Amino acid sequence: MKPPQPPILCSVLIEPRLALNFNLHQWDLLIRQARSANLLVRLGYLFDSTSLSNQLPAQPLAHIKSAQAYADRFYISLQWEINCIQNALTAVNVPLVLLKGSAYFIAENKAAKGRLFSDVDILVPEDKLLEVEMALIKAGWMTNTLDPYDQKYYRQWMHEIPPLRHLKRQTSIDVHHNILPKTTRFCPDANQLLANSVKIPEQNIWVLAPEDRVLHSAAHLFHEGEFTQGLRDLSDLDLLLKEFSTQENFWASLLQRADELQQQIPLYYALRYSHHILQTPVPGHVLKASQQQSPNRLKTALIDALFLRALMPIHDSCDNRWTGLARWLLFVRSHWLKMPVYLMIPHLLRKAYRRATGKKQH
Amino acid sequence: MKLATLSKKAVIQALNNDGLRLKVGGFNVCLSSPVATVADHLLGLYGAFDVVDHTAFIDFYTSIAPPSKLRRFFRANVNFSFDGHIPFKPLPYKQASALFEWGLNWCIANHSHHYLVIHAAVVERNGQAFIFPGTPGSGKSTLCAALVSRGWRLLSDEMTLLSVADGWVYPIPRPISLKNRSLDVIRDFAPDVIMGPVIKNTAKGAIGHVRPPDDSVNLGEIPVQPAKLIFPSYLKGSKTELTPLSKSRALLKVAENCFNYNILGLQGFNSVGDLVDASDCYEFKYSNLEEAVALFTELAH
Repeated sequence: MKPPQPPILCSVLIEPRLALNFNLHQWDLLIRQARSANLLVRLGYLFDSTSLSNQLPAQPLAHIKSAQAYADRFYISLQWEINCIQNALTAVNVPLVLLKGSAYFIAENKAAKGRLFSDVDILVPEDKLLEVEMALIKAGWMTNTLDPYDQKYYRQWMHEIPPLRHLKRQTSIDVHHNILPKTTRFCPDANQLLANSVKIPEQNIWVLAPEDRVLHSAAHLFHEGEFTQGLRDLSDLDLLLKEFSTQENFWASLLQRADELQQQIPLYYALRYSHHILQTPVPGHVLKASQQQSPNRLKTALIDALFLRALMPIHDSCDNRWTGLARWLLFVRSHWLKMPVYLMIPHLLRKAYRRATGKKQH
Repeated sequence: MKLATLSKKAVIQALNNDGLRLKVGGFNVCLSSPVATVADHLLGLYGAFDVVDHTAFIDFYTSIAPPSKLRRFFRANVNFSFDGHIPFKPLPYKQASALFEWGLNWCIANHSHHYLVIHAAVVERNGQAFIFPGTPGSGKSTLCAALVSRGWRLLSDEMTLLSVADGWVYPIPRPISLKNRSLDVIRDFAPDVIMGPVIKNTAKGAIGHVRPPDDSVNLGEIPVQPAKLIFPSYLKGSKTELTPLSKSRALLKVAENCFNYNILGLQGFNSVGDLVDASDCYEFKYSNLEEAVALFTELAH
């Protein structure tokens, strides 16, 4: 059960200069892997920032340029979308706290480079949810999920309300009141996240504190059930860690914050796998400190076997015979982590019944 | 090496194994497919295309294949996939070769934002590119097939690739897709053209593909300067009428016919502006292809 060879994409994310010696066949594979991992644009920025772009062969460069043109347009739309959401929230006097991709974008983090996504995620205090939802509906968004079971499921157990879609622009927004479902075993206290959020200079927009941004990214990835963008998310963590580690005392406060928010285990996985797969420069003592959370050796070996496969791009060249099983087991694990069994079994049965009878899934 | 130099057996073998690698204009396309009509389509219409070897960079890995072995016999259908990603719903098995052409259109239109991609036929004469944008039914492909059958060089019948870097038209010569009555019109107009089998009952009606001339395929990487921008409309029984069109109207009309105008943003606006500046712009009504070809040949002098 040896893990497959690390993809050529990982080697280039670690050291972009390697690509200068690639033959066209290797370039071919690199572009394919990057496209399936949704990292083609990020790869382009990596080449730009290391001034390698003018040394690349024309054919792969054309694919990178094409993807970058698409991304440039995406960032313009994203800025517009953020402005619209901000206007809607100003009406009810709730501060706009952005999460994930849009937070990296507005905070100008390196992890925003080449990150394309479809939903804007925001965090609001739970007691303001209704007010915010009404304000967004008034501004043209409406719920995407009309099924009463799904509506109830989201509102009762999840950390967000069902996604809202704008009637005219067809853009989507996820309104969160926490970063993990209420039913998760180690669910952080959302008030602590809001209390530490930081204001973007000269704008009325907030994002989570740097440590919390890392922990949210880690919590999200390592509770995830489907790893369609696993390597992209790991690369986000890599870039966030590299960027924030220049701040004084960052590592110590990251470890401390993980304790406060009960996210020690996701942080352990984040550091372990970003260090292992992308060679993120995590200081030895930090790795060691986070290892206190590691499960026993047998479980560690199993978890390694699963994540080292599932975090690879979904591409034929990155799969081996165990990849499918690894992804399936992690899907089961994510439900296990996020829901107690007495909730999960009726939920999965209901979903299975509806799928079998051909009723619409959300 | 031209595809025509390979034996039928070798083509089928490549399609069934790791794919047939073809140079299509400036792109390298790898196609794998177990479907016999796809092999026939390539053998009949892609003979003049170069086959590239395993060291080449492939732009698009594509396949046309039944979703499962069972579906080969029971309500047979096929999927188009782009490097493992399936962008559309499957189509009936009989439409496999048309699905390949549509799938390749999709690949090019979605991954070529270093070009302004205009929904237009484009042909060349005397070093001038004639661009015919058009909504379906305007007769752009019919007009294109007619001109090409009289010795004009085919650049593309479906997508005009205008480089944002230099403003030139980059060819992507491929089989010309004709629909419904156009099939008979072209058969009558140019009995010599080589046409693939007609596929009936597609979403667009009956479809047939005309083989691109060998000369056009051989010049598949040589760009051309835009010269004329002509908006055709086929009107039954109408006279042949070429009317100059103001640059401002032409600009708006081209923008409406681009696949990626909004993605390119300011760059797209500038490219369309440069195109309109560099071209004489016209509206064109016609029903008689002989008159149309004569008129354009005159215009290209």
